[in-house]
Amino acid sequence: MAKRQIGDVILDVNNISLRFGGINALTDISFDVREHEVRAIIGPNGAGKSSMLNCINGVYQPQEGSISFQGQTFKHMNSRQVAEMGIARTFQSLALFKGMSVIDNIMTGRNLHMTSNIFLQALRIGPAAREEAEHREFVEHIIDFLEIQAFRKTPVGQLPYGLQKRVDLGRALAMEPQVLLLDEPMAGMNVEEKQDMSRFILDVNDEFGTTIVLIEHDMSVVMDISDRVVVLDYGKKIGDGTPAEVRANEDVISAYLGTSH
Amino acid sequence: MQHTFVSLLTHHAKTRPDAPAMREKAFGIWQALSWADMALLVNNIAAGLHAAGLRRDEHMVVIGANRPRLYATMLAAQSLGAIPVPLYQDAAGAECVFPINNADIRFAVVEDQEQIDKMLDIREQCPQLNHLYYDESRGLRNYEDQGLSAIDQLIESGRAFNASNPGFISGEVAKVKPSDVAAMFFTSGTTGNPKGVVHTHHSLLDRAIVGAKFDKLTPAEEVLAYLPPAWIGQNIFSYAQWLAVGYVVNCPESVATVSIDLNEVGPSYYFAPPRVFEGLLTSVMIRMEDAGGFKRAIFHYFMGVAKRVGPSKMNGTAVGLMDNLLYGLGNIVMYGPLRNNLGMSRVRVAYTAGEAIGPDLFSFYRSIGVNLKQLYGSTETAVFVCLQPDHQAKADTVGIPCEGVEIRLSDTGEILVKSPGLLKEYYKNPEATAEVLSADGWYHTSDAGFLDADGHLKIIDRVKDVGRIKGGAFDGAMFAPKYVENKLKFFSFIKEAVAYGDQRERVCVMVNIDFDAVGNWAERRNLSYSGYTDLAQKPEVYQLIKECMEQVNADLSRDGMLAGSQIHRFLVLHKELDADDGELTRTNKVRRGFIADKFSELIDALYGDKSEQYINTEVKFEDGRVGSVSATLKISNTQVFVPIKSPA
Repeated sequence: MAKRQIGDVILDVNNISLRFGGINALTDISFDVREHEVRAIIGPNGAGKSSMLNCINGVYQPQEGSISFQGQTFKHMNSRQVAEMGIARTFQSLALFKGMSVIDNIMTGRNLHMTSNIFLQALRIGPAAREEAEHREFVEHIIDFLEIQAFRKTPVGQLPYGLQKRVDLGRALAMEPQVLLLDEPMAGMNVEEKQDMSRFILDVNDEFGTTIVLIEHDMSVVMDISDRVVVLDYGKKIGDGTPAEVRANEDVISAYLGTSH
Repeated sequence: MQHTFVSLLTHHAKTRPDAPAMREKAFGIWQALSWADMALLVNNIAAGLHAAGLRRDEHMVVIGANRPRLYATMLAAQSLGAIPVPLYQDAAGAECVFPINNADIRFAVVEDQEQIDKMLDIREQCPQLNHLYYDESRGLRNYEDQGLSAIDQLIESGRAFNASNPGFISGEVAKVKPSDVAAMFFTSGTTGNPKGVVHTHHSLLDRAIVGAKFDKLTPAEEVLAYLPPAWIGQNIFSYAQWLAVGYVVNCPESVATVSIDLNEVGPSYYFAPPRVFEGLLTSVMIRMEDAGGFKRAIFHYFMGVAKRVGPSKMNGTAVGLMDNLLYGLGNIVMYGPLRNNLGMSRVRVAYTAGEAIGPDLFSFYRSIGVNLKQLYGSTETAVFVCLQPDHQAKADTVGIPCEGVEIRLSDTGEILVKSPGLLKEYYKNPEATAEVLSADGWYHTSDAGFLDADGHLKIIDRVKDVGRIKGGAFDGAMFAPKYVENKLKFFSFIKEAVAYGDQRERVCVMVNIDFDAVGNWAERRNLSYSGYTDLAQKPEVYQLIKECMEQVNADLSRDGMLAGSQIHRFLVLHKELDADDGELTRTNKVRRGFIADKFSELIDALYGDKSEQYINTEVKFEDGRVGSVSATLKISNTQVFVPIKSPA
């Protein structure tokens, strides 16, 4: 049924190496992400998946290699710059404002799109009030999209984990990103929540054309929703291709299941 | 003066074009649709459906939640003299096959992707189903199936058709007569295939108008439509009476937001089955138990006052000055805020029906100033048969026969009804029609009951379920399973009960505990549990349920006719009874025979002398996958009381 036009390479990771002291977190990693595709990064615990995302996101500065985004090449990225260029992310361990309502949390994702200054915003006067109303309308569309209307005004800390994950996704969507980085969007969820989340990810990809890079542990989910998969093990790339190709890759099988001699 | 659905719409659109007809909350804001907007929308959809080939007397299914455009679609079908058939939105695809094939349905207008997927799944079994329309396009962008399109496209093609054929649709509307078939409702049916209940414009609208007159409804009423439109109750309240009276119907944002929307809308005319009232009360009680000591003390004090004074105030009888003052104070500090919290501040008339309501539950709402009443009716009678007048509501009766209704009892104690609201027939099923509708126009309700001294109807049970105890101490005594089950369900700890006893020596019961209520009860006692199955088998929980059983037994022993229905043994089931597993009907009624077959080893254990029994049961999850639950269930005996002869 997928009819999305997968486009050219939008994000290109070239020969990235990342070291923490004597530990090689990532060694010479290269892969690319095409526009409108769902790209997964998988690998066992400690394989360097989150480190990879953190490099793209500008949280970590790799010692070697470069990253190109829409043709521009960067030695290393800076997180604000990354956000302004249109890359949003969600976090494995949620980083929401627990005491704030769902609406307010998602509104923070609109911050980069607001032009009025902090004082006008604080006092909600003049253009700030109008601006807030416009952004609120956008946020309402996200709330509708993620089906969390019943929790608009609930403080996020009171929501079950699966819903908090949805709010986290909502905040990232509020940025209207071109590329969405999802760090284990389904960790700790039950089967039903995982199915819901998979549906939301596919819908985001389909309705908004957002390119998605996701890290995931649950193999069945990854194989079902991604177009292409990168496999990391001990900081090295051991496989790259369609889910079917990766599944048949000997190195991947031995990394996941161990080898019999 | 007789009407049709569409003539009423036209009337409102002409006389009050700008008044709101429906509101729907979308993107956080209530968006209103005026009567004129509604009429135009209906006109365009009707033209679109005509252009797509929908013809007079043809049936069309409508599946979805309460959405203005789905109601407009029903009116559009009726504009063409076609017959809308609403189906339950939570029914599985396979359950829709029979109705669709039974009425040779080619057209389906549904809410969203979920429903479209269901229709596409059953297409092979229903090859004639070749026109599918959806309201919400999300997720459907890449579907390339034949005959699939959005309601928006239907409206567009209708607009084009109307532009080149002005007046065509109003010509079609004029051909529709009040005696024509207006809609068909499939009854869930506890056995066999569902039956299509055929209603005319007259039968539905006559009852809608009688009900509206009875409670003096005005166009100023606000109604929240949140139950399935396929259920005739919702259909009457948010469709037939909506058109008959011209009030505003509000559609909630989603199923999950109903309680928030209820609060925002503040309906003045409210309808809910007892389980909704029960759920609301349970949530209030749980929150109250968690509140501080001072608040709890105030709550209990003023609930005491309300219990003593409220019912008399509601029934319009005089109360003492002191009580009046106390109640007034309670209204300010507690009843008012509580009504507001429940979203019932503006409720002028509230009805409950479908199941018996517990006396405590019933009087709770009345005592805090909600005019809650009961009514009696069914799909076959277009709802309104009996209604409780203001000031005369009793917990154990369902009111007096309303205008146009005649009631008679058959020799077997069955209630027979004659009313303008009776069904025309069961669709393509003359045998079933003949079974319930006698030649002289009496409808057999299959309910057993009688009229009390004040002329109020009291329902005991289904006629076919009323049985006899055979052998033992109560040999030959009457056994009314539902009567027993209802008495049990009135306890907040018991969610469902299934009673057996016909042709047996004694009555045995299987129950589901109410997970929220018992879970909260357990937490306050520091009882840890891992889930429903675990909690259900705790000895403390058994003791709790046993006390409920014995209270019921004490109560029954005083009830002359039904003393033999006292409970001897019971068990708490390991899984919650569920419509998806076939144990409940779609309207949440227990299917006693099915359950007995499915859990036959439990029945054997109940009637044997075992004290526990192992069972493994298959369960269906909402996504259609299958799993299993197994447990060793304890079986407990209860104390039975010597019948107390009621003073003759």
